[in-house]
Amino acid sequence: MKVTRRILRNPLAIAGLVVLGLAVVLAVFANFLAPHEPTQTALDQAFAPPGTAGHLLGTDDLGRDVVSRIMFGLRASLHVGILAVATSLVIGVPLGLMAGYFRAIDALISRLTDLVLAFPFLILAVGLAAIRGASLGNAAIAIGIAQIPGVIRIVRSETLRLKSLDFVAAAVVEGASDAWVLGRHILPNAASVIIVQATVAIPAAILGEAVLSFLGLGIQPPAPSLGTMLSDAQQFAARAPWAAVMPGLAIMLLTLAFNIVGDSLRDALDPKASRR
Amino acid sequence: MSRYLFHRLWQSAVTLILATIVVFAGVRALPGDPALALAGEDRDPESLRAIREQYGLDDSWPVQFWQFVSHAARGDLGQSIRTGEPVNGMIAGALPVTIELSVLALLVAGVIGIGAGVLAAVQRGRPAEWAANALALLGLSVPNFWLGLMAILYLSVALGLFPASGFVPFFTNPVANLHHLVLPALILGTGLAAVIMRQTRSSMLDALSADYIRTAEAKGLPPRAVIGRHALRNSLIVVVTIVGLQLGALISGAVVTERIFALPGFGKLTVDAVFQRDYPVIQAVVLVTATAYIVINLLVDLLYSVIDPRIRVRGDA
Repeated sequence: MKVTRRILRNPLAIAGLVVLGLAVVLAVFANFLAPHEPTQTALDQAFAPPGTAGHLLGTDDLGRDVVSRIMFGLRASLHVGILAVATSLVIGVPLGLMAGYFRAIDALISRLTDLVLAFPFLILAVGLAAIRGASLGNAAIAIGIAQIPGVIRIVRSETLRLKSLDFVAAAVVEGASDAWVLGRHILPNAASVIIVQATVAIPAAILGEAVLSFLGLGIQPPAPSLGTMLSDAQQFAARAPWAAVMPGLAIMLLTLAFNIVGDSLRDALDPKASRR
Repeated sequence: MSRYLFHRLWQSAVTLILATIVVFAGVRALPGDPALALAGEDRDPESLRAIREQYGLDDSWPVQFWQFVSHAARGDLGQSIRTGEPVNGMIAGALPVTIELSVLALLVAGVIGIGAGVLAAVQRGRPAEWAANALALLGLSVPNFWLGLMAILYLSVALGLFPASGFVPFFTNPVANLHHLVLPALILGTGLAAVIMRQTRSSMLDALSADYIRTAEAKGLPPRAVIGRHALRNSLIVVVTIVGLQLGALISGAVVTERIFALPGFGKLTVDAVFQRDYPVIQAVVLVTATAYIVINLLVDLLYSVIDPRIRVRGDA
């Protein structure tokens, strides 16, 4: 495929894909790959610096292995990233298609979009945590809901554009039903825009999870998340800076890789934009 | 103009009413009996009945909703369950900190973002563009609370350049106030600077290839005037729009930044309220944020239509 070839010609995109692949492997096989249990404490080994035998990136205040916690933290990050974006797509794509296709409900959906936008994701998460309690799943839902307006807007404007094209008009003239036109003609052609939106939404969701867990509104201790590792490390950062530096670097590398891949995917799908 | 204004005001009013309903319904969805929650430690039937009476909890929902709205409209947001303080007093105390932090962060983001964006567009294909793009990508990817942690660790604790935490009101000591807010504002501004940089770059590239720029160059204007007076001016519209779109991110970011630097702002109020299950405060914070978001976006849209007349002619945005 042309798109694949264009991406593979970009060394930065390849580096991004490699980092993503590595992160996925570490997260999925954390049970087998992690040298220690992520929640296993060993007070006699607390504050071991990076490079200590058995602890490649050192330990935290409770003697827990930083590498192992990062692996399981990556799992939480990817879990929330994918769950949140899936939530926003499942709700946002149909609404966006309808808003763009049926003039009658466009205004209604726009008001709904404005309404969701009025609650910043952190405020949504705060409300949800108050109603349903703080958990990783609720964090993912809050982030997913906050991302719905973005999906609706992008799918809506793409639907509006496609609707005015001749092949859609031809299908309508032939007597195709609205559902057929939307599912068979518009959705497949909007797919590339949706994929690009998803690749930029995942790193945003991962950062969102880290923020919520950092504030204590996400995953509950002792389960590790890169965000909770940072909020723990804040207490003893001067004593054991590695415990604060490493999880942050892990988040940054992960989101950077997603952003690079997302950018190159967008350029590959729309070569005009990059050549300009 | 007046038709657009009316349309936009009407839209905002509808959104505001819907948001109020959502907050009201959300509070009713809270687990447990609100009277029990409001009573706190004091749970004898007599005081529970008094609380039900006081908060009108036995009234029908429409009546309760009307009570809620009319109290909120009068600026009465109830009392904290924990401290008994009026919530609007707590918010009035916290809001100036957050507003100052956000304005400074916007300033930082605007200066860095527009500067780097213009540089990248003008230096197209040269190392400066590459560096600006790389920095923007990093700015988008770095968790800003982690950046804040690193800044405290290395700039405040190790080098002692900035205070690591705390706040001094501006009118008590302006210099100390700014000294405390420089680092938080820089941290909060980075992500936004990256977004502004990318948009400025792409709209500058669009503008630079437009006919009116060629005209300006052809009539012999020096490059500085072409870029500054013509191309950049049009790109500023984009920045105004971004501020509206990114407002939610700015509010969320401010909450986290305040938490890291222990600033006594709106964010700290919010997070503390959740952990103390202080429902009246949570309700007020959510309502105030939503209202602020809607009002600021309305202002941004109106400002936008003043800068770019095409929008108000079209009638809808």
